[in-house]
Order: sequence, then C-alpha cells, then structure tokens
Amino acid sequence: MTTLLSVENLSKVYTLGGGLFKQSRELVALNDINLTVEAGETLAIVGESGCGKTTLGRCIIKAQPVTEGKVFYHQDGGQKVELTSLDKRAIKPWRRDIRMIFQDPMSSLNPNMRVFDIVAEPLRVHRICKGRELEERVVSTLAKVGIPADAIGRYPHAFSGGQRQRIGIARALVLDPKLVIADEAVSALDVSIQAQVLNLLDDLKEEFGLTYIFISHDLGVVNYIADRVVVMYLGHVVETSPTELLFERPRHPYTEMLLEALPIADPTRRKGRNKELKGEIPYLGNRPQGCPFHTRCKYAEDKCRAEKPVLRPINGTAQMAACHFAETLNLKGAYDAAPQKVIA
Amino acid sequence: MTKPLLSINDMSIVFTSPDEPDIEAVRQVDLTLTPGKTLALVGESGCGKSVTARAVLRLLDKNADIRTGEIVYDGRDGQVDIARLKPDSTAMRSIRGAQISMIFQEPMSSLSPVHTIGNQIDEIIVLHEGLKPKQARERTIALLDQVGVPGARDRANAYPFELSGGLRQRAMIAMALACTPKLLIADEPTTALDVTTQAQILDLLRQLQDDFGMAMLFITHDLGVVAEIADDIAVMYLGDVVEQGDVFEVFKTPKHPYTQALMSSVPQLQRKADRVRLQPIKGTVPSPKDRPVGCSFTSRCPHAFGPCAGTRPERTQVSEGHMARCHLLTHTKEEALV
Amino acid sequence: MAVDTVVPAGHVAPAKLKRESQLALMWRRFKRHQLAVVSLWIVVFFYLVAAFAEFLAPTDPSAYSARYTYAPPQGLQFIVATEDGGWAFQPHVNGYKTEVDPKAMRRSFVIDPEVIIPVQFFAPSEPYYLAGFIPMSIKFMGVENPRDPFYVLGADRLGRDMLSRLIHGTRISLSIGLAGVTLSLFFGIVIGGFAGYYGGWFDSSVMRVVEFIRSMPTIPLWLGLAAALPKDWSALQTYFAITIILSLIGWTELARVVRGRFLSLRTEDFVTAAQLDGASDWRIVTRHMVPSFTSHIIAAATLAIPGMILAETALSFLGLGLQPPIVSWGTLLQEAQNIRTLATAPWLLAPGVCVVIVILSLNFFGDGLRDAADPHGR
Repeated sequence: MTTLLSVENLSKVYTLGGGLFKQSRELVALNDINLTVEAGETLAIVGESGCGKTTLGRCIIKAQPVTEGKVFYHQDGGQKVELTSLDKRAIKPWRRDIRMIFQDPMSSLNPNMRVFDIVAEPLRVHRICKGRELEERVVSTLAKVGIPADAIGRYPHAFSGGQRQRIGIARALVLDPKLVIADEAVSALDVSIQAQVLNLLDDLKEEFGLTYIFISHDLGVVNYIADRVVVMYLGHVVETSPTELLFERPRHPYTEMLLEALPIADPTRRKGRNKELKGEIPYLGNRPQGCPFHTRCKYAEDKCRAEKPVLRPINGTAQMAACHFAETLNLKGAYDAAPQKVIA
Repeated sequence: MTKPLLSINDMSIVFTSPDEPDIEAVRQVDLTLTPGKTLALVGESGCGKSVTARAVLRLLDKNADIRTGEIVYDGRDGQVDIARLKPDSTAMRSIRGAQISMIFQEPMSSLSPVHTIGNQIDEIIVLHEGLKPKQARERTIALLDQVGVPGARDRANAYPFELSGGLRQRAMIAMALACTPKLLIADEPTTALDVTTQAQILDLLRQLQDDFGMAMLFITHDLGVVAEIADDIAVMYLGDVVEQGDVFEVFKTPKHPYTQALMSSVPQLQRKADRVRLQPIKGTVPSPKDRPVGCSFTSRCPHAFGPCAGTRPERTQVSEGHMARCHLLTHTKEEALV
Repeated sequence: MAVDTVVPAGHVAPAKLKRESQLALMWRRFKRHQLAVVSLWIVVFFYLVAAFAEFLAPTDPSAYSARYTYAPPQGLQFIVATEDGGWAFQPHVNGYKTEVDPKAMRRSFVIDPEVIIPVQFFAPSEPYYLAGFIPMSIKFMGVENPRDPFYVLGADRLGRDMLSRLIHGTRISLSIGLAGVTLSLFFGIVIGGFAGYYGGWFDSSVMRVVEFIRSMPTIPLWLGLAAALPKDWSALQTYFAITIILSLIGWTELARVVRGRFLSLRTEDFVTAAQLDGASDWRIVTRHMVPSFTSHIIAAATLAIPGMILAETALSFLGLGLQPPIVSWGTLLQEAQNIRTLATAPWLLAPGVCVVIVILSLNFFGDGLRDAADPHGR
C-alpha cells in the first residue's frame, strides 16, 4: 500500500474573545495530530461532538488554516506536496484531487443554483471542459449517483434529503478526485436512505478507485464501511486501529466506552443498566491536565492525571493507542455482544 | 395483564389547508400504553409518529383535526376520552403536564432561556401541586438530584444555556417528572446527544420508570435505541402503524416488509467476514399527498403483488399481541394471482 | 448533415430547461399577500404619475393667477342636464362666483353650478417637453378656453393649480426617495459587503462607524447639513445635495443588512464548497453569495424608501430642504403651515394625504417582499 496523505504534528488553536476590553482565550481544537491515509482505504475518524473530527477534516482540505503542522499529499510519482503552506492559487490544482462531501444536504447546495450548475461549477472553475463536453460529463456523473438527466434543471429544494446528498456526492466526484473527505455524510439521512447512500459510496469507491476519509460519530456505520479507524477525544487521537481489531479488542478506555454505549438493534443483546458510563465531555476550554480522558476513565490512576500518554503501537500490533496502560488493560470489544443476524 | 393507562383506538388525524386537499397524516392507529411499560414508536421522518404523540397531549396545530377515533385515558379522575376534550379546556390542562408530560429532542426549545431551571421546575410544582415556593424548591432539588444533575442545589440556579446538552436534557426530564406523571412521552429525546450521553439518558429513563412506575411512549427513528429501551414496538410508515407487538418478537420475526427492510438497512456490528451488503429500501418515502391507494408501502415494497396497490390491508394478528398490516399475511402470492 | 440533429436521451441543453427562478418563486409567494399586492399597484400608480408629470398636470405648476387665490376644488363632473330635460355625457367643471360675507366683508369663491366649463381629455396644449426631452403638445386633460378657471383640487395662495403642483411634487418627492436609496444601496452593499466577507478588524471598525452615525439624532444632523448648503445653489444642485445628505444616514441600515447576510452566508456549507472547488473570491461573491440575497436587498431597499421620502418632506416643510420654486410634497405642505390658511383652504393638505398613502403602501409592499424573500417562510 502506498501512502496518499500524511498529517504531521497538526494543531489548530482558536483564539476566542479578545475584544477591546477582554483578554483573549485559547481553545485547542486539535492537538498534535499525526496520521496517514493509505491509497484505496477508507479511514474513519470517529468521536463525539467537539472532539475535533470535523475541524481535522477541514484542516486537511485547507478549508480552515492550521495553526501548526503539515499535511503532505503524495502524488502519483512519489513526490510530496505540503498543502498547508500553499496559498489560494497554488493549492488550486490539488483541490481537484481532494474533495469533500458535507453533512447537511440542505445547506451544502446553493439554493439559487440549478443542479446542473452546482455540479458543473468545479469543472468551470478549473476550466476543464465546456459546452457539450461539460454537459455530458455532468449528466454522466449525476447518472452514476442516481440522479436522472431530466432533473438537472431543477433547484435543490425540489429534491429530497437523500437525493440532495447524491448531488453533493456528484459535485465531489465530477473532478475525478483521489481522496474524498466525507464529513458525517449520512448522519442527517433517514435509515433507509442512509443505507442507499452507504452502498452508493461503496460502489463509487470501487468504480473510481477512491480513498475516503469518513468522518462519523456512528460506530455502527463505521464498522460497516471503514478499513481503519481513528478515534479522537478532545482534539487528541487516542487510538488508531484496523476496524476489526478495534471492535474486537479496543486499546483505549475511551474506545471501550464508545462501544459500550453503542445501542445494538437487537433486544436480546440489550445492555441494561450501565453504571460505568460516567461524566460528559469537558468543555474544550478547560481541558484536563495529563491524559485528556482521565476525568471519565474508570481505569485512571495518578499517572494519568499528571502525565500525558503518547500515541504508540501496542504490543507490536497494527493498533496504536494513547493510554499509559494500553498494553496491559483487557478492554471489552463489541463483537461478542453483536447479533449473528437479525433476519434469517 | 395490567389495565391499560391509555388506549388509542382507530385514531385518524387530518391536516387541512385552504389551498390543498386534506392530508391524512395518521390513519386508524391503535396503540395501548400500560403502566411501567415502554412503547416505542418507530419510523422515518414524516411517518406521523410525532403527530400521534402530540395528539395525545392535544398539542396539534390549528389545522390538524382528529377526525375519528378515541384516546381513552384512565387517569386520576376515571376514564376520559382525550380526543373529545378541547385542547385548552381545564380538564385537558389538568392532564397535560401533570398526568401526562413530554420531553423533546431539543431541550432548549422547551426551556425558557431567561429563567433558571430551578425556577421553571418550581413553577410547575407550585401550579399543579399547590406547594409553597420553599417546599417546591426542595422538591426541585430532590428531582434534579434524582435525574443525575451533579450539585443539584447550585445547578438549580443555572440558566439553560449554562448547561451542557446532556444536563439540559436531564433538567427537562426533571421538569417533566415534577408532578410524577403517569405517562411520559419522549419525542426523540436522545437524537441530538452523543452516544455516551445517550446511553446515560436511556439508563436514567429506565431507572425512573422503575421508580415511578409510569408508562412511556418513546418516539425514535433509531432501532438500536428501541432495542435498548422498549417493551413494545409500533412501526409507522406514512401514517399507518404497519406492525406492532412485543419488541423481542418483532425484532426476531418481523412480519411486515417495511419492518424487515428497515432492519436490514441498519449496519449490523459484524466482523468483516460476516458482513453483508446493506439492503436499502428502494426509492424514497412518497409525500402523504401521493400515498398509494392500497397499502402505503406498495410503491417501495419488494413483495408487492395483486391486492397491494388497490386494497388497504387490514390489521392482522400474527400471534398474541403481534399485529401487522400486510396482505402477505392473509393471501399467498399464488392465490392472489388467480 | 441534417439541420435538426436529434438530441440523445439524457442530453438536455441547460439553456432550454424549464425552470422556475428564485425571483419567480418569490413573486408567487408575494402574490399571496393581498395587501402587499394592492400596495404595489398604488406605488406603481404614483411612480407613473411622477414619470408622466408634465402630461398629467393640466397647467404649469408655477402659473399663477391673482384672480383665483384660494379657489376651492371644482371637482370633475361628467353628466350635464340638457335643455330638453334629459342628460348628456360631458366632462366638465363648474365655474366660480364670488360672494361677499356681509359681516366680515370678505370676498370668497363659491362654486357656481350654472356655469359649465367643458373639460377635454387629451387636449391640445402649448408645446412642452415630457421628462425634459420628448416634445409633446397634448395633455391628459384641459379646458377648451385656457382663460377659464380649471382647479380640480383647488388653488393656493397665488392662485396656482393644486393638482398640477401635486403631480409635479410627486415627481420630486418620489425620485428623491429612489435616488437616495440607490445611493445608500451602493454604499451599503460595497461597505457592508466588504465588512461581511472579510470580517476581522475591518468589519469591527465599519460597524463602529455605522453605530456612531446611527447614534446621532438625525433631524438636527440633517438640519445642520441642509443649513450649510449655499443659498445661491441652483435648484438642481440643492436637489442632489439633499439626496446625498439623506443617503449619508440611509446607507448604514442597508450596510447592516448586507453585512448580516454575508456573515451568515459565509459559514454556509455551499460557500465552503465553492471555496473547495477552488473558486476565486470574486466568483464566490458574485456567483454564489450575491444571488442568495438579492431578494433580501430589494426588500430592504423598498423599506428604506419611505424613510427618505419622509425625511425630504420634513426637511422641506421646515424650510431647510428643497426651496420654492422647486415643487415637492414638503414645499407644498409648507404652504399649509398656519391654521388660518388651513381653515380657509383645507385642500392644501392634499400633499399630506399623498405622503401617508405612499408611505403606507411602500411599507406594506416592502413587508410583503421581505416575507416573500424569506425562503423559510411559507
């Protein structure tokens, strides 16, 4: 496998307040993030609200400036381009290769533009083609995501949520990208529509040879679609692992907690009362000292309160975790609680 | 079997509009709620589950009309048919909030932003129970403590915006429980929450149900949450309850194609080797205006056959307490083709 | 090759697509507001009057006649009794006769139903220029003999025709509103747009300036500025100067609206999407953002016009805005300043009635537009 994208020591700090009469405060949204994305894989970034997963996605694609760190995009020939230092003009060619799908199908499509123009816009901006060729390319891309050609003259409000998300996908794919960042792309959709879109993303990946960064809070969906998972908590990567290993045997207590909390659509596997889930995500502004998770961690000891653990490979496996006791803790996975199959 | 607390019989709700033809948002729904039990109302957006719940509290918009059916509530003052009460009558008001209360998806929309949560809960207690403010505050603190708000005495003086999403939801639950209601209606109470907070709130609701013995009507679109909390389930599609019954039985042997399809749309937690491709329901939910004449699921049903397009299936009993509306239960395909 | 090539299925030329533009949608929503639709017609009527002032006004607004000071309104009538006891269609006005109050020995005009002065529609007239450049020699209505009195709405202190003055005043008052708003709109969009799109210190400083301007009491400010205008300026110069003074305040409100829309649009995903497409700032602003709020701007601008008209009227009424001989609603109302005049010649208040009607209509119309422009509204 070849690396397609690597993120090195990425940090993002927001400065809040700081008016005429106020001291500004710093809010660390991303803290020293390191990760790589391999060509052809689906890398999921999971975590609860405020963990920084969306910010990370936006920093990678340079929709937001980063405070520190580097993002390398690996070209076909093996050369690396550092994206964060490029200015608007210089990054434009790479915007063809890295595209994004947004969460909200309502706000991500311009209500004043027709579907055709929405999907054609990237082609026009990059001056890739025009006239008949442009038209054909837009129509065929829309056809691939299941939007019929007779609908291209309509405005977004004429479409249902699922169809709008398909249009958003078409806009991302029309430039033949290499890497697609899907930010909660199915979260706003109804269950049956969500399944359609997940299948569509799967098929398109096959057809176009795509790599996905799939940002989600839904572990069930992540288990279904991802090859590898990055778990984030309070702006830190706490665990990265191949999907199956992560669900089989998580290495970080936070991952265990997430899996524990995940409701499973089978009443016979009901989890019942669970006193071990405790606390809530602290506000980003008052981040705990030491391990960011120690305030909610049932395994926390003094060391956790004092010293910040580093992300490291655990016992020589493909799993990495940032927990002082990752090597020794025996954490509970999710599969043993999973049903065989609900419907025969 | 315990006596039902509330039974909805044959209820239809119609939305009228001056420009457009009437829309039947809920069609002939039958539901039963028993003390100490949770009924989950499941369906995708626009299926009528929220409308059904709001009808019980008579919180429907002006243009909605309960055309037929009854909502028999067996409350403190004997049986009443809520469907016949005026929405703003004294009788209705003494039920709403005091005997039946509701929690919502977004607590901010039902909590007043300019009053402390303590004051808001006090007010309800004073209003419905006639306690003195001092006593009411003690009750409030006890309630907040019970729903797991840490430092309840201090937090009672907090404004809603000062609380996190989870705490806000807890405060709203405390408010709903202020008068120890017999029925709690929960409209997607965990949808906006993170998964760990959701698990905590579900725990809390279960705990409170054990303590107070109330009945619960739980509205959600998440089958995982249903499996976690419900005793009974009712699946709605386009205003119809297509299947209802005991949650274990319905999950094990779903009889309606829609229930089946819904369940195979959710990714299961399986290892790679066992993973099967999702089988989504084709197409999208038609708008209630274009509802098929017969079974409302006809246009998307993989098993649709002869009678489906023209005749609305009757409620058919599958087993004790397990009902479904599907022609497959009464006809075989071969029989219908003849 | 055949001329009409068959377009393969699935290839629809985008230009030919059936579509309903945002404006068409807005118009459909607007039509549901009956009051707003009625107001729209009233506003259109007044602006038409303003546009065709020379054609509609029966006489020159400054033509005076000492014989008919404070002549009461004649009213337009259409039916005359014929000699054989029947009736005939004949648009006409009645003449005047003078009566002397025996106590006060004051002369006053009374309508004399005996005298019938026929009125002609599309009557020939002295040659004049419509809007200053279209030569015309026909008026909407006139009397056959130019010496006959023709005061449908009465006459003022100098025996000038109120109707003609009102019509010409409409032109000045309404156009000053429009010109002021156009100017405000220009400043508002440019300044507010920059502030909203770039944000940061520029936005903060612009907003502080806006707040500073808005915190100043407007009437004294206008008075001060208007009083500073040189007295020897021509009518045209004063007119433009007043417009500029009015829009100096007016732009702040529009700048706020524009900035607010920009700020909220900037965080919309579709704008981020356009940035990620690699579109330039200019393209994002013109192609993606501006079309999303033109309708809001139109509504805000419509709601700003009444303020301008009222301000002009107020200034001129106080004698600090436009000066006679310029005819505007404000200068006309100046004539109606003392109670004695009002008691003898209440018709001098007609411009006030016009102000109220136009302001109300513009407000209702603007409200309707605003509601229609809001995509979340039903």
